[in-house]
Amino acid sequence: MITTTPTGNTAELTEQERAQAARLEAVWSEPGGFWGWFKAVHHTTIGKRYVVTAFAFFLLAGLLAGVMRLQLAFPEAHILTNDKYNQFFTMHGSTMMFLFAVPMMFEALSVYLVPLMVGTRSIAFPRLNAYSYYLYVFGGLMFYVAFLCNTGADRGWFSYVPLAGPDYGPGKRPDFWAQLITFTEVSAIAVAVEVIVTVFRLRAPGMSLNRIPIFVWGQVTVAFMVLFALPGVVLSSTMLLLDRTCNTQFFNPVVGGDVLLYQHLFWWFGHPEVYLIFIPGTAVISTIVTTFSRRHVFGYLVLVLSLVATGFMAFGLWVHHMFATGIPQIAESYFTAASMMIAIPTGAQIFCWIATIATGKVVLKTPMWWAIGFFFVFIMGGMTGIFVASVPVDLQVHDTYFVVAHFHYVLIGGAVFPLFGAFAYWFPKVTGRMMSETLGQITFWLFFVGFNITFFPMHLVGIRGMPRRVYTYPANMGWTTLNQIESLGYVLLFVAVCVLLVNVFRSMRTGAPAGANPWKAGTLEWGATSPPPPYNFLHLPTVNGREALWDAAPNQPVVGGLDEDARSFLTTRTLDAEPATRDEFPGPTIWPFLAAVATTIAFVGSIFTPWGITLGSIPVAITLIGWFWPERQAAERRRAREIWQSE
Amino acid sequence: MAERVDRPVLDVSGLPTVAFGIHSITWWGVLGMMAVEGTVFLLMIASYFYLHSRVSEWPPHRNPPDLFWGSLNLGLFLISTIPSEWYRRRARKGDLRAVQIGLVIVSLFGIANVVVRYFELRHLNTDWSIDAYGSAVWTLIGLHVLHLLTDLVDTIVLTVLFFTTLVEGKRFQDAEENAAYWYFVVAFWIPIYLVIYWAPRWLHA
Repeated sequence: MITTTPTGNTAELTEQERAQAARLEAVWSEPGGFWGWFKAVHHTTIGKRYVVTAFAFFLLAGLLAGVMRLQLAFPEAHILTNDKYNQFFTMHGSTMMFLFAVPMMFEALSVYLVPLMVGTRSIAFPRLNAYSYYLYVFGGLMFYVAFLCNTGADRGWFSYVPLAGPDYGPGKRPDFWAQLITFTEVSAIAVAVEVIVTVFRLRAPGMSLNRIPIFVWGQVTVAFMVLFALPGVVLSSTMLLLDRTCNTQFFNPVVGGDVLLYQHLFWWFGHPEVYLIFIPGTAVISTIVTTFSRRHVFGYLVLVLSLVATGFMAFGLWVHHMFATGIPQIAESYFTAASMMIAIPTGAQIFCWIATIATGKVVLKTPMWWAIGFFFVFIMGGMTGIFVASVPVDLQVHDTYFVVAHFHYVLIGGAVFPLFGAFAYWFPKVTGRMMSETLGQITFWLFFVGFNITFFPMHLVGIRGMPRRVYTYPANMGWTTLNQIESLGYVLLFVAVCVLLVNVFRSMRTGAPAGANPWKAGTLEWGATSPPPPYNFLHLPTVNGREALWDAAPNQPVVGGLDEDARSFLTTRTLDAEPATRDEFPGPTIWPFLAAVATTIAFVGSIFTPWGITLGSIPVAITLIGWFWPERQAAERRRAREIWQSE
Repeated sequence: MAERVDRPVLDVSGLPTVAFGIHSITWWGVLGMMAVEGTVFLLMIASYFYLHSRVSEWPPHRNPPDLFWGSLNLGLFLISTIPSEWYRRRARKGDLRAVQIGLVIVSLFGIANVVVRYFELRHLNTDWSIDAYGSAVWTLIGLHVLHLLTDLVDTIVLTVLFFTTLVEGKRFQDAEENAAYWYFVVAFWIPIYLVIYWAPRWLHA
């Protein structure tokens, strides 16, 4: 089966290779023009859109936070009315969780990186991927259009009943929140399925389970969590919407409903949600630490098992968000113990990173600084996490700024620090140019110092009794100075993000050319040129070790024999990644976009009438049929070359 | 400039392009969707019993749903697995005629299921807006209706497709996976049927 042909591993291509590249380019390049934009399906195209869109939502939510910080800098300030303030903090929280954190840490990073890191040419189900992106954008647009029309969600990011129910939440504000959830959950579930299939079936030959990069392990763990956690919020937000628009009685205690049912279902999702934000973060950290310590990561198996264990444990913790609701004491004890247990796999990961750094040759570049910042901030957040896992402490600080401080340490520490590290790390891969190291380090220090100035005093002001979600406070409470320090910290965070944006825009145009592997990293995405061509790899790689590029044999084989006149790819077996079958990705098409438009009409319509979803499903069905209907030419080509698997 | 080396090629041109079960990536996609939808069903069943634990009488002040139509549908669902399994196996052999016949039969079963489902809904003896019990029953069966209708439309489209000239190996994979999804719809009807029709009777006693 293995024959020898001369192929290069540098940018110097032979005549034969240039011809091959031209053929692949013709098949894989995205369609041009205005409509071409809506037909694009390649994972790098959609992945970049996810990154830009999620970052835009991060900036919007950050600006909302700025207005809140301005308001809270002075006692009895009335820059925002109480009603506007409710909308601002709900929009901030919902945007950060549903439109930034999950779409960025999971969808954006895995859509762009996972196929490259496992050495294949695209993500499984690329059209579904495009559909998921459009739904996400439309959901976010709907949410913000409602906000601009003074119908912004205003019941907090978890929209508890009865406050958000039909009796206490008049108007359409909670309905827009509930449908935002529907949009984002459909998109996250779609990407979860794509990631699982890509990782289980599309890996390069030789990348057996014990050679999968840790980043990919992190994303596939998250994908499984999405499959089993999101159904909780599917149900809770659907029940909320049904109670509000169809007169169901799930949360009406007068006729047998129960408001805690909402909390149980919501936190069945909500707790894993927190982990599916920071597991990609820890997976990024493992990647950065490995590359910049110049050695294979210490304790690969421990790291992978920790990620998977965290994923499992996430489902046994949800009640610790409900300690203040009067649940039985035995449940409180169990969930306290379970919550503290999460420190074990997290601690194991931290020790592995320390061991890797301590025994490696550390190169201190911007991504590594973010990793170090992550250690500090995330461990702080983990510590206060252990405090609030204890019921008496939780009851004392519940709904105060102490909790606000805790989850910003965990979420910004666990997601934003790794993310900014990931930006610095993969920017050269995505754009082909290096970011400025000086500006990168300025961003890091401004952000690190600004973050601690903003959020550390929240612990103190929380212990002094300041409740979260108050739009103002009297001058004599003793909270003023701390709040002013916090608001000052926000200014530093704002400047840090501005410097980051300047760095991005400048580097995109004038950054030094990166070359394929500027960090001398070991994972497969660095084997592609920067930026990767639309077919990712000219020669599909095979893998010989955990760090595919570091461990490659001098004569490491490449994959040959796939058809070059279609978007062909190779599937491999789940455990040992032995080649299994050849298959073909569908090409660019407008249908996923049309289906997303039809779905949006149905979802938005159902906010106003139940007919939205019933009648609205007809155009959805039509567009889906159009999407799946095969193209004659492709069907005939495939049929002519079919090889059936022997039974 | 790095030195040019001869790299061996792993030739995959002889690998199959049409494969079934775990060798088909769409099969994995369908499995993923089943995991999501199965979890929704299970959490809805859990919600039903959670609501039951909050009240003393179940169902409150009225009769449980009439048994006849739900049981009839259960019978239809179970019988439909016979033609379904037949065409699923024939699809793996590329038997066009058998798959055409099987898909037509299963489409007819699906239509019958929907008709019986209509009568089921008429005999639930509750309304969704009366109380939380009614809301839970309607949502539970509503979720199943959604799956039944989705799979029926899907099956009919595939049936039509199998009478065109567009049939190729990938469509036989679709046929096999369509049968697998139908089993999911059938399999979840069993616990949902027990919850909707029998749980009120057993819990009442």
